Amino acid sequence: MADASAKQVLFEPIFSNNPIALQILGICSALAVTTSMNVTLVMCAAVIAVTAFSNLAVSLVRMQIPGSIRIIVQMTIIASLVIVVDQVLKAYAYEISKQLSVFVGLIITNCIVMGRAEGFAMKNGPWLSFLDGVGNGLGYSVMLIFVAFFRELLGAGSLFGVSLMPVVNEGGWYIPNGLLLLPPSAFFIIGLAIWGLRVWKPEQVEEPDYKMSRHTVKEAF
Amino acid sequence: MAKAKETVSRTLMVALVLSIAFSVVVSTAAVMLRPAQVKNQNLDIRSNMLAAAGMLEPGASAEEIEEAFSRFSVRLVDLDTGEYVEPSSVGVEDPMKYDMYKASSDPEMSTNILSAADKAGIKRRPNVAKVFTLEEEGELVRVVLPIHGYGLWSTLYGFVSLEGDANTIEGLGFYDHAETPGLGGEVDNPRWKSQWVGKEVYGEEREEPQIRLVKGGVSSNAPDKEHKVDALSGATLTSRGVENLVNYWMGDRGFAPYLKKLREGEV
Repeated sequence: MADASAKQVLFEPIFSNNPIALQILGICSALAVTTSMNVTLVMCAAVIAVTAFSNLAVSLVRMQIPGSIRIIVQMTIIASLVIVVDQVLKAYAYEISKQLSVFVGLIITNCIVMGRAEGFAMKNGPWLSFLDGVGNGLGYSVMLIFVAFFRELLGAGSLFGVSLMPVVNEGGWYIPNGLLLLPPSAFFIIGLAIWGLRVWKPEQVEEPDYKMSRHTVKEAF
Repeated sequence: MAKAKETVSRTLMVALVLSIAFSVVVSTAAVMLRPAQVKNQNLDIRSNMLAAAGMLEPGASAEEIEEAFSRFSVRLVDLDTGEYVEPSSVGVEDPMKYDMYKASSDPEMSTNILSAADKAGIKRRPNVAKVFTLEEEGELVRVVLPIHGYGLWSTLYGFVSLEGDANTIEGLGFYDHAETPGLGGEVDNPRWKSQWVGKEVYGEEREEPQIRLVKGGVSSNAPDKEHKVDALSGATLTSRGVENLVNYWMGDRGFAPYLKKLREGEV
């Protein structure tokens, strides 16, 4: 990993090593903030900023961090960044920050951020770590935008709040699929996305944990 | 160096330095962004009130909101007597600063509602409420009242705006709730909200509030259609919650004493 090229570090997490689709991390917020594209994009920007700068900060002080308190140090850095991002959103994107409510604060507990700080930034230089943070943030964003695209389009008949398929309640023809506005629908979409990704890149398919043995019937004599 | 960084004193040192550094970062951000945040919050409260009362076009600018809001007077009303009270009696200088929802959890500023009477499902009611009145040439033309109550999953917070006769509804809307999107969440649908315009809260005798949410729509020859609004389809419990909370707040334990005085010109 130490000699990974910058390009690899930046682009691998988008499809080849996607944090949501391959590592199955960060699912909680992927369910919660994907009902509309606007909200999703702001959440993605927030996560990219936090993963990038927390990786950068952790990498800068990685030589100084004593092993015994390294996790709590990473948490402090991540939590501080999340608070700053939350404050900025409250000041400049108030409407959206109200819709995101607790989920900005919950970036602290997003496994992707912590995972990259511990797994990558502790072993690599600041520039590469920064790129790795951006890359993983982008990987997260690609999945979220994919999910939000279908949820908003089919659940509310609109994209970015602009009505594309006029819904029945407003005098149009489209009967929105209410399930897509509820969190569980994101599971279906993420599942389908993972399926699609693994058809495209079969090396991501995991070895089965066990093989079913052939059914045999022993006749009693 | 690898060994040296594991000593207790160094660990404490690193922890201390990092804590101080990051607390400086966090507090700087909080202090510097504070004015912008306060401005947003104030604007939010104002636009909620105006939007719920149906007086705000979507996408209005901050100046338009301030302009529309500045025409209103903010007043505090004692719900039991229906009289205006001085802001100092609830411990604030500016009536805008009074938060009736915070007051609901203060035993000295609120009253427990017996469960039989608690139609809106709010358990406690503040003694003093904040209302917005709009007067033109000394005549009351509009009064906007805060309402809240339980729906299916959540407490709905909103406003109802009445015309100068303190009876005809001019607009009703909710700015905060967590009802099911697409079902109960349709309380935010502009088409549904537009039905409230022109409905009358009280009957001939002006006693009990008569608002009903009925299933299947309100036909033009339905009896009492001036009190009836189409319920939300697929959201029986949210509709029932809305009906109950509107009737609670328009009733004797809500704003009825105040509205009565308004009609008779006593306040």
